[in-house]
Amino acid sequence: MAAREPKKHEMPVQPPEIRAHNFDEVALGYNEELALAEAQRCLGCKNKPCMQGCPVNIDIPEFISHIKNNDIEGAYKVISESSSLPAVCGRVCPQELQCEHNCTLGTKMNLEPVGIGRLERYAADYHRVHKNGSTERPAPNGHKVAVIGSGPSGLACAGDLAKKGFAVTVFEALHSAGGVLVYGIPEFRLPKSIVADEVRTLGELGVEIITNVIVGRTITIDELFEQGYEAVFIGTGAGLPNFMNIPGESLCGVYSANEFLTRSNLMKSYLDNAATPIKKGGNVVVVGGGNVAMDAARTALRLGAEHVYIVYRRSFDELPARKEEVEHAKEEGIDFRILCNPVEIVGYHSENDPRDPKNGFVKGVRCIKMELGEPDERGRRRPVEILGSEFEIEADTVIIAIGTSPNPLIKDTTNGLEVNKRGGIVITEEGLTSRENVYAGGDAVTGAATVISAMGAGKTAAKAIYKALCGE
Amino acid sequence: MNRIIRKVKLNPTVTLMVIDAPLIAKKAEPGQFIIIRSHSDAERIPLTIADFDRETGSVTIIFQIVGAATMRLNTLNTGDCVESFTGPLGKATNTEGLKKAAVVGGGVGCAIAYPVAKKLFEQGTEVHAIAGFRSRDLVILEDEFRAHSTAFYAVSDDGSWGEKGLVTDALKKLIESGEKYDEVITIGPLIMMKFVCALTKQYGIKTIASMNPIMIDGTGMCGCCRLTVGGKTRFACVEGPEFDGHEIDFDEAMARSRMYASEEKTLREEACRLMKMGEGVGA
Repeated sequence: MAAREPKKHEMPVQPPEIRAHNFDEVALGYNEELALAEAQRCLGCKNKPCMQGCPVNIDIPEFISHIKNNDIEGAYKVISESSSLPAVCGRVCPQELQCEHNCTLGTKMNLEPVGIGRLERYAADYHRVHKNGSTERPAPNGHKVAVIGSGPSGLACAGDLAKKGFAVTVFEALHSAGGVLVYGIPEFRLPKSIVADEVRTLGELGVEIITNVIVGRTITIDELFEQGYEAVFIGTGAGLPNFMNIPGESLCGVYSANEFLTRSNLMKSYLDNAATPIKKGGNVVVVGGGNVAMDAARTALRLGAEHVYIVYRRSFDELPARKEEVEHAKEEGIDFRILCNPVEIVGYHSENDPRDPKNGFVKGVRCIKMELGEPDERGRRRPVEILGSEFEIEADTVIIAIGTSPNPLIKDTTNGLEVNKRGGIVITEEGLTSRENVYAGGDAVTGAATVISAMGAGKTAAKAIYKALCGE
Repeated sequence: MNRIIRKVKLNPTVTLMVIDAPLIAKKAEPGQFIIIRSHSDAERIPLTIADFDRETGSVTIIFQIVGAATMRLNTLNTGDCVESFTGPLGKATNTEGLKKAAVVGGGVGCAIAYPVAKKLFEQGTEVHAIAGFRSRDLVILEDEFRAHSTAFYAVSDDGSWGEKGLVTDALKKLIESGEKYDEVITIGPLIMMKFVCALTKQYGIKTIASMNPIMIDGTGMCGCCRLTVGGKTRFACVEGPEFDGHEIDFDEAMARSRMYASEEKTLREEACRLMKMGEGVGA
């Protein structure tokens, strides 16, 4: 047998100097040759360690074996048995922490793991282009379920229930379906046409999505039960953005990442002549180190920023973002200021001219340098300020990407729904809340996490709902 | 899609629309707002509910034509549909236990003050309504206010309608003459609410101000509508839109309301240009 390729086959991408100025997808996807070659790297382990790393339990060696035989539709079929959104997960999952983390090539042979995410994406994209006709609609089982929120957890739950024959209605507060996939993750990382296609597939399965309805306001959970829904799944996602509580956070030019990304993605501010404005150009400082921070920084760059900084209080090793996104951001010229934390956002104020239009706008960010101290309770070394190390970064726009707190709307309007002290909905292992037949999952339960973990939670709840209503 | 049942031009810059929205009409309470998108590519804008009819399933909005979004909304007519109409959002005005209240509205803010006055009046509260406008030609809802208040006080900047002066002059006069209010509720331009709150603070009268900051989703997700109230960051969309007027940082709210002044000017000019072109071609 020929020696196994030590590295993953590289993903073709748009060159950094080009993609930094457009919103087209960065990663272009494997072609047939690359996909077949990468699939050959898989050992097809009998114990399937990769599968245990997958929050939705995709039979990974099985789908890869279909790719090895160039049976791409067969591969897609295996993936879609476990995942409602394969084209999305292939793009946004943190594979290096999940399936690929457990790959025997990496754990036992000191090679790069199989590019599982890239192969998943290949199969999903192939299916989207080549599929014939629409997905078959399962026979109805006579039960009716409501899903609140059309983000990853809601869509996963709705998809699994629809496959079992449930009549599923998804209520979405915004004007388009997809939740964070639409308002949060930018076009260059997840094209909206792909989200729309995944949503359309769910529609073919019989899932009905009603937009512009806010459960908790337009209609309550109790009223949904009165209307004949037998179970409700709450997948309302991340809520209000967190701020740092430092001076200057209300200056003009300071955004939460949610706001900045919603303007650009949902309201299409990145397009010329968009109705919703967004601040473009100048120096931009993004605070935080997660995927959302990377998305915000790279969006700002594409909107025409001259210089984009990411300010993060720990070191590169602790950056919570997907590795690929950090690499892409670096290649595009994002300036990482690690071990550094903002202490004040400084505003412009003209002493002489109270009518100066720049008054009240951001001028800079005062930061302090940090060093890593003793590990905290989660084992991460705690960042500690270095006394006297303050410095200022000139900035026109500041974007705060340090997480979110749960949305209070449903909690405030649903009697008997227990939440924890952070406001997250309390659930059992099966996804059941403190209210009978009310299930929950995703960021509304855990606080900000990943698309795939939210999908996993949606699937868990779907299984429990099936058991509760169909007694199996 | 929601149909416009009726459109009325209240004055040259203010329009009333009655929108078919049965689910919202069923739930709406004074003080709450909706998010409207006139067209599929239009901005999401919050508008406070001016009235509602649970039986016919309609919700009334009143808006001032100030920017590109309201200009486009105003191009729609009776029988047309708005792209989306979502709500009711925000918390309802708390009117419980009020025996005597002053409702102070300014300009198009009177559209929001009116349903509050109406609810108070209908529950038996003694309502003193003070409405202020720049001049007589901008007056809206005069008959409605008169019908739903125990006493009505009209003021205008130029004296062409009611007394010449500001709403704060009228309110001060009432307080000084010995009127005792459990609460003052004020809705209008930020600068007016700031001075109403400064006045009532001197007299120690609890005051509620209805805020209308820039919003996007309006459902507690983006944080655009944040205000500083009592030194804390609060979100108008889910925690408001009404807050204790004595605690609101109005100067900050005024500065934040100007964040997109330059972009809005460009968009407005563009919208004007397109509409003129449209008129030239067909309409």
